[in-house]
Amino acid sequence: MAESVSVEPTRRDFLFIATGAVGAIGAASAVWPLIDQMNPDASTLAAASTEVDLSHIAEGQILTVKWRGKPVFVRHRTAKEIAEARAVPLSELRDPATDEQRAPHPEWLIVIGICTHLGCVPLGHQGPYGGWFCPCHGSVYDTAARIRQGPAPYNLYLPPYKFLPDNKLSIG
Amino acid sequence: MSGPSSYVPKSGFTKWLDSRLPILGLVHASFITFPNPRNLNYWWTFGGILSFMLAAQIVTGVALAMHYVPNSGLAFASVEHIMRDVNYGWLLRYAHSNGASMFFFAVYIHIMRGVYYGSYKAPREVLWILGVIIYLLMMATGFLGYTLPWGQMSFWGATVITSLFSAIPLVGNAITTWLWGGYAVDDATLNRFYALHYLLPFMIAAVVVLHVWALHVTGSNNPTGIEKQSSKDTLPFHPYFTVKDGFGLVCFLILYAWFVFYIPNYLGDADNYIQANPLQTPPHIVPEWYYLPFYAILRSIPSKLGGVTCMFGAILLFAFLPWLDRSPVRSANYRPLFRIFFWLFVATVIGLGYIGSQPPEGGFIIAGRILTISYFAFFFLVLPLLPLFEKPKKLPASIAESVLGAPAPGKA
Ligand code: HEM
Ligand code: FES
Repeated sequence: MAESVSVEPTRRDFLFIATGAVGAIGAASAVWPLIDQMNPDASTLAAASTEVDLSHIAEGQILTVKWRGKPVFVRHRTAKEIAEARAVPLSELRDPATDEQRAPHPEWLIVIGICTHLGCVPLGHQGPYGGWFCPCHGSVYDTAARIRQGPAPYNLYLPPYKFLPDNKLSIG
Repeated sequence: MSGPSSYVPKSGFTKWLDSRLPILGLVHASFITFPNPRNLNYWWTFGGILSFMLAAQIVTGVALAMHYVPNSGLAFASVEHIMRDVNYGWLLRYAHSNGASMFFFAVYIHIMRGVYYGSYKAPREVLWILGVIIYLLMMATGFLGYTLPWGQMSFWGATVITSLFSAIPLVGNAITTWLWGGYAVDDATLNRFYALHYLLPFMIAAVVVLHVWALHVTGSNNPTGIEKQSSKDTLPFHPYFTVKDGFGLVCFLILYAWFVFYIPNYLGDADNYIQANPLQTPPHIVPEWYYLPFYAILRSIPSKLGGVTCMFGAILLFAFLPWLDRSPVRSANYRPLFRIFFWLFVATVIGLGYIGSQPPEGGFIIAGRILTISYFAFFFLVLPLLPLFEKPKKLPASIAESVLGAPAPGKA
């Protein structure tokens, strides 16, 4: 073999590489189902939307509902809370977003109640901005649920939702 | 494995077996005649203690598994059923939950023994890295097990730890969803955590075999840190070290039994006797004590990705000790400055553990940051640079000389 000086790829080289490639593809396609079985299954993906009756939520109150296994905060904001949220200049925000983007219907703020740091449920009406305070590592959110202090990188996420007739809300 | 294989099968059966599978000879060479340095002290008994604890966790775990139900609706009740209805169920559960703590207590002593006596230095690097792998697997196993009782701390601990992966750029959220099997920690998560909690201890057992194999290639380090040179430096494993290890184990078991029978919930968290509630985080969540120093590092860094990186980095750094430490002298007994820094490091880790157990506010944050810096300074400043300034003490000529005294025979 040491004498072999052929630079031309031989038929054997081709067969060797082709066999290896087929083997690698075969192994990868056998491993994929084992990995993918851990992803959310069909019944989880199908998890239906959640409906909320808004007439039961008084001004200033936060209702927590469960959607896809997670808490969602439905906050009936007071005029003061709205005004405070709208007064903040974007330059002060870590994850800039206007209050109009966060709550198109100003009195209703609907956010996923999972701290964007490491997933705890923040406590409502607490912290220096009167929005939320996360007890786990001290993240502070304002009344538009925007991150203001602490380790969390993002604002609380917005779920997809729409308002229905009869003062109802559908999340999902 | 190395060592004189002087085993001679005597009975008909052992002769028959030995010529087909020489396993008795292997055991004989590894645990009967194996030559150990004669000066090993009690810090060397923790390897045996750890083997015992692994076996204890597997035995009590398999028994618990016969009664436990890995379903988010039933798990909490099934653990209470174990505590109240199953015969000796309370004993099995307390032995298992306190066993995990004792296991970690022993592994921390075992690791710090290695650092003090420089046991990670050549030629024991592979042995050391296998140990770090065992420790990582233990951390994973303990975390998965703590999720199983499905109390508030189980649930929120699992949420925070799995969310650590969401800090990875781009794919982080997909990985977290994949780990959960849903959009939050839920039934699917509990089920897979149970499957993995059952699996990992057996993987640990496999790595322990490799660890002991590597140990028997190089032999044990010893308090002087110098290699054995002649048979004068060693004693056979049996009876000298079987008895010493046995005595160490019995003392350790007294401590273990004291926890199990007198203060079984001392190391636990009262919140874990409240069933998991995905809509409410307890006001103050803390992991089990054995993770606290790393949890404190996570919280000391005011950035999500930075905190997660430093936390995992703080653990992985141990694997690089053989290359970070530039001193040719192994044992801290002969390194006057290293010895001081070693104890400062121990104090730093304990301090971080205390900070990790406190709420993240005010002075605790500042103290946590200072301690985090000193933690990393030990690895990146002290270990590589100290040898430039330190003048080691004179090493004894041999292990035997260190025990018996060279010129005038001393206390031997
Ligand atoms: C490396 C070894 C192991 C460690 C460190 C470990 C650790 C733990 C921990 C910390 C808990 C939570 C205890 C509590 O607070 O109630 C737990 C629970 C549990 N473990 Fe393990 N474990 C180990 C091996 C095993 C094995 C091998 C099995 C099964 C074959 C097992 C089965 C269980 C079961 C069924 C529970 C739930 C019952 C309970 O919470 O007491 N464990 N484990
Ligand atoms: S999870 Fe909210 S601050 Fe860490």
